[in-house]
Amino acid sequence: MPTHSKIGILCSLIRPEEKMIFEAFRNRGVEFERIDDRELILDLNSMESPYGVILERCINHSRALHTLKYFNDRGVRTVNKYETANICGDKLLTSFALVKAGVPVPRNMVAYTEESAIQAIEEMGYPVVLKPAVGSWGRLLAKINDRDAAEAVLEHKKVLGSYHHSTYYIQEFIPTGGSDIRAFVIGGVLIAAINRKADHWITNTARGGIASNYPLNKDLADICETAAKAVDGDIVAIDVFETPNGYLINEVNYTMEFRNSIETTGVDIPGKIAEYVIELARSRA
Amino acid sequence: MSDTKKAQCPLCAVMLGLPASPEVGELLDCPECGEELEILALEPPKLAKAPEEEEDWGE
Repeated sequence: MPTHSKIGILCSLIRPEEKMIFEAFRNRGVEFERIDDRELILDLNSMESPYGVILERCINHSRALHTLKYFNDRGVRTVNKYETANICGDKLLTSFALVKAGVPVPRNMVAYTEESAIQAIEEMGYPVVLKPAVGSWGRLLAKINDRDAAEAVLEHKKVLGSYHHSTYYIQEFIPTGGSDIRAFVIGGVLIAAINRKADHWITNTARGGIASNYPLNKDLADICETAAKAVDGDIVAIDVFETPNGYLINEVNYTMEFRNSIETTGVDIPGKIAEYVIELARSRA
Repeated sequence: MSDTKKAQCPLCAVMLGLPASPEVGELLDCPECGEELEILALEPPKLAKAPEEEEDWGE
């Protein structure tokens, strides 16, 4: 296979998603090379690349980000692109992009000091959700119900956290009854969605949320496809709140997990990922 | 006849069957002690305790 269309899959630990994606490529008789980020040495002085297309499946955001930038600079078509990973890996940048594109989102504020964060929280009104700008799987989310909790959490973040945790990303709490939607967009098209229901206000299936199929509709497709375009995402999973006033986009994930969504939706998500990447590689052949 | 590969849990020493079509780097849970493990090698099969979750892990 010529270098300009050779497919690499950038990964490290193999979750069920990566295994299913490997299988999808093999079932289609398409060769790929695993690139383990733990063994990777990038020669920053070389502009050569042995790959034409890379599917990014890193578990570490920082490794994904830098490696995508490296390969994009060398003309490699990556899925997703560096810019997408950069935006989606940072909740502030995601909010900037979505709001700029006119995508409906919950009310979000950012403050840089404990004092200004308290002021922002009280202006928004309790309860609010405090989120780390960089983080996933619902890690370190805090629902703040009153001023006592706000002061305590802000102080803990300031004292115990790295400097990242002193960028206070504050989001209005959307009361959805422990339920939200996870929507999958590939190549600009909404292909499937699930409803996630939990006994807890955090609904991630990684934390025990239960998935069921969510029938697609035009409104959901419109908002999700616009959100994917706003971050220039090839393959993204979008977290959506359903409210009486319509859908709101919460987050956009660029290395999406879907293990609970294949049987649930009846959509061959790993197959569609493989086909999208294979088509990109063929277009470069 | 089953061709399931087996390997020893490095924590509780139980012999456990690897999943079908195992991959180097694949994560699995030890059915005995519940520890998350990583497949380090296939020939011969070797397991190690999976890395601890890091701050930038996710999707």
